[in-house]
Amino acid sequence: MTDMTMQSTALGPTSAEKFRQRVLPFVLFGLVLAIIPFFGPSRTTMTLLNHIGINIVFALAYNMLLGRAGLLSFGHAVYLGLAGYFCVHILNWIDAADGGFWGNLPVFSLPIWGFAMGALAGAVIGWPSCRRAGTAFAMISLGVAELMAAAAFMFDSLFGGEMGISGDRMSGPEFLGMSLGPLDEVYWFVAFWTFVGVVAMFMFTRTPLGKLSEATRDNPERVQFIGYDPTRVRYLVFIFSAAFAGMAGGMAAVQDEIFTPESMSLIPSGAILIAAYVGGIRYFSGPIMGAILMTWMSSNLSDYTVGWLLYLGLMFITVVMFVPDGIAGLVFGFWNGIRSPNRSHLMAKWAQQAVGVALMIVSIIVIVEVAFRWSEGYGEVFEPWGMELPHDGVITWLLAIVPLALGVALLRRVARKSEEV
Amino acid sequence: METIVFSLLNGTIYGLLLFMLSSGLTLIFSMMGVLNFAHASFYMLGAYFAYTIMGVTNFWLALFLAPILAGVIGMGVEKWGLRKVHANGHVAELLFTFGLAYLIDEIVKIIWGRVSVNYQVPDSLNFTLFTIYGSDYPAYRIFILFVAIFMLVSLWYLLKKTRVGLIIQAALSHPHMVGHLGHNVPLVFMGVFGAGCALAGLAGVIGGNYFITDPAMAVQMGPIVFVVVVVGGLGSLEGAFIAAMLIGLLQTSAVSVNASFADIFGFLGLSATSEVGSITISSLAPMLPFLLLVLILIVKPTGLMGDREV
Amino acid sequence: MTTPALKLTNVHKSFGPAKIIQGVNLEIAKGERHAIIGPNGAGKSTLFNLVSGLYTLSEGQVELNGAVISGKKPFEINRMGLSRSFQVSNIFSNMSVRENVRCGVLWSLGYGYSFLRNVGNLKEVQEKTAHILNEVGLLDKANLPAALLPYADQRTLEIAITIAGGAEVIMLDEPTAGMSHSETDRAVALIEKATKGKTLLIVEHDMGVVFGLADRISVLVYGEIIATGKPEEIRGDPKVREAYLGEEADEIEGASA
Repeated sequence: MTDMTMQSTALGPTSAEKFRQRVLPFVLFGLVLAIIPFFGPSRTTMTLLNHIGINIVFALAYNMLLGRAGLLSFGHAVYLGLAGYFCVHILNWIDAADGGFWGNLPVFSLPIWGFAMGALAGAVIGWPSCRRAGTAFAMISLGVAELMAAAAFMFDSLFGGEMGISGDRMSGPEFLGMSLGPLDEVYWFVAFWTFVGVVAMFMFTRTPLGKLSEATRDNPERVQFIGYDPTRVRYLVFIFSAAFAGMAGGMAAVQDEIFTPESMSLIPSGAILIAAYVGGIRYFSGPIMGAILMTWMSSNLSDYTVGWLLYLGLMFITVVMFVPDGIAGLVFGFWNGIRSPNRSHLMAKWAQQAVGVALMIVSIIVIVEVAFRWSEGYGEVFEPWGMELPHDGVITWLLAIVPLALGVALLRRVARKSEEV
Repeated sequence: METIVFSLLNGTIYGLLLFMLSSGLTLIFSMMGVLNFAHASFYMLGAYFAYTIMGVTNFWLALFLAPILAGVIGMGVEKWGLRKVHANGHVAELLFTFGLAYLIDEIVKIIWGRVSVNYQVPDSLNFTLFTIYGSDYPAYRIFILFVAIFMLVSLWYLLKKTRVGLIIQAALSHPHMVGHLGHNVPLVFMGVFGAGCALAGLAGVIGGNYFITDPAMAVQMGPIVFVVVVVGGLGSLEGAFIAAMLIGLLQTSAVSVNASFADIFGFLGLSATSEVGSITISSLAPMLPFLLLVLILIVKPTGLMGDREV
Repeated sequence: MTTPALKLTNVHKSFGPAKIIQGVNLEIAKGERHAIIGPNGAGKSTLFNLVSGLYTLSEGQVELNGAVISGKKPFEINRMGLSRSFQVSNIFSNMSVRENVRCGVLWSLGYGYSFLRNVGNLKEVQEKTAHILNEVGLLDKANLPAALLPYADQRTLEIAITIAGGAEVIMLDEPTAGMSHSETDRAVALIEKATKGKTLLIVEHDMGVVFGLADRISVLVYGEIIATGKPEEIRGDPKVREAYLGEEADEIEGASA
């Protein structure tokens, strides 16, 4: 083996590969962020985009635990919430200040404060939590979340009771000529911090601590025999994860200008878990995809159907059972597939699977929508595209059963065939 | 004195209900390594099934049928769901049950609506059993007490005196060895999962009309049951019992204490109008289980009776 | 007399009523290659777990270069210069081969829990990783996920992770278990090369490997060392022959040095 080959294979990817894998995606991501406003999105879209940015940071922070360190948390919204509250308080201090430190603090810097608060909260709460991994860690995170949410309702001066506390993002000095009043300025604020957060969290995966966190996830026993304390690794990663969640909290404080105790409850914690997992926790970009999809679903789908949480649950269970690598796994699998030699074969298989899934979705939608309308009992009838589907109609039952059966049969056939190959 | 006696009685009943829920959870966890996130959802299903069955027939049939129905559903979930994700590890299993809890919540809303249903204590048990300190004590609570004790004794008998119990006990202490015993492991798993869900369902039947039957009951009960299991020590039935009674008594007695922090710590100069001073002990009651959880984990990370690292 | 690299004094370990290790005394000099042999269930792996800190001793003391290490945590012992492998491949299965070795290198080069440096830019880490991969012959598989390696390569990776930190005392737990003849030969050559000048403590079933590699051998039977000595002394020892009845006795007899 010559020195040259040794250099190229062992010292890692070439600089061209490095650029393509580690720099280019972020350049593109930054470009997309920068271009979006020029399409003139509506106010609703703008708000949605801002929430997507916040959730991208939050989901990536969450995945530092679940995907990279193997720690399942049911209460990560606590850190976003605590930091968000802190930042709303800062908004009010800035507003009330007459010069001095707070008076000169630009609101634009709030995510940094959120980061610091998240880190602090993570350092305090993580200490007892990180002593155990696995299921016990998950249960502790749940307990802590319940505790914090309950406490938030108790201390009105800090958390503002059920109404929460609100602030004014337009207070304080302008930064880069932005008052942060108009929504498009908030967009730039969110886009900037989203970009910073995404890049910072990617860089974290490349640090010794980031690598050791993966090693600890894979095999905590062995980590002890290469000089590392797995508990310490987990604890440090936990602090960072909480800090980035806090950064998202700071962003949310500026976007929404209000925080309520709800923001620390199990519901947003569960939502971010679902977002990260559906996106694909084994890929860095997975949680980003998951955050985009989930934020879009929760703001749009809920307008169309009362059963959107049910769809969400079904989707989540489906991913857990059949697509453990999530959307990112599908995307990269597809990308690799169309470049592989037997792509025509794969395409045919995927096409059949897609048809099967689509058929099943038709039936499931019919069942769920008809069932909800029947149970709410307002005499409403499900009418997709002018069709009338009452709960006792023959067509309804046909639509509920036939595509489902066809879809299942098709998927089974494909599965059997690929087993034979 | 009056409050103490009432708190003790109610706390014991609540504690036993908690144990009924957590014993199933502990059994499932010990044998399969799965912490069933949807466990409280089966508790909710038990209550709703009982409500529906009672509407058609009577309470006694519901008491019998609803847990069986919950158990059968549990077995189906194990066979067609959990078993498939088993290969992907415990986190995937936990996530599966997490998604299942979501689903059951929504399905319950479809079938029974978003508001609470009128699941009542049956007339035959709706009377005052005795009167102490001038207050009436409803017979139904004593009935709960008896059902819970009956379950406790049956469970003890099953585990200590029967062959199935021996297998389960062996699996509890040496989870990796079950396969070597020559028993049909998938069947044992399915049975244990079903039985655990049936126990949760039973707790739902007798708890649903004691508290309230609405779609939020699973979300409210779930975390507390987890606390019981973790505080008791994952995988320990004795621990779960102690923790359930402890939390039951603690929470029930806290509710009955009207004193505020100012009353207790007044000598330190805490004023009753200050924010901390105005917090009453009873308002702390919902937080107590979680407070206990954090405290226990700082002092003894394996829980009260646990010796197994997860 | 110089301090021994490893010194075990009256080491005991019981699990409940079961006494697995009953008073082991052992001194291993610096640079010595020491093998522990013994029938199945003699407590060889338990002894490894005690020395490396995975189990706590019931009684006795272990010293590494004169410093007491019993009672310390595994990672503390590792930082003091003792590294071990496992009988069952114990690697980071979702990471690439390179990353496996790189994780083993990081602590020894002083990067600790650093979160401000990019591992890709740490030249000495990259070079040491490449050096070790080259030494064990896994360079061409450096980018494969560890879980996809063939069995023999996984065992090699196990050794690579063990030596990556540059520890002076290396403990290998059945490094050739389950390997074919040619694979075993390669593994032995690798072990000789990789542990040159270091202290080696090895548990091994393959008598050919043991007698070929070891300077001295200890025989562990039912938690006690019944004999310690040079390979030829062990081969002639009647107590050892008694402990190894039948087939394995012939194996000792037949093993060529």
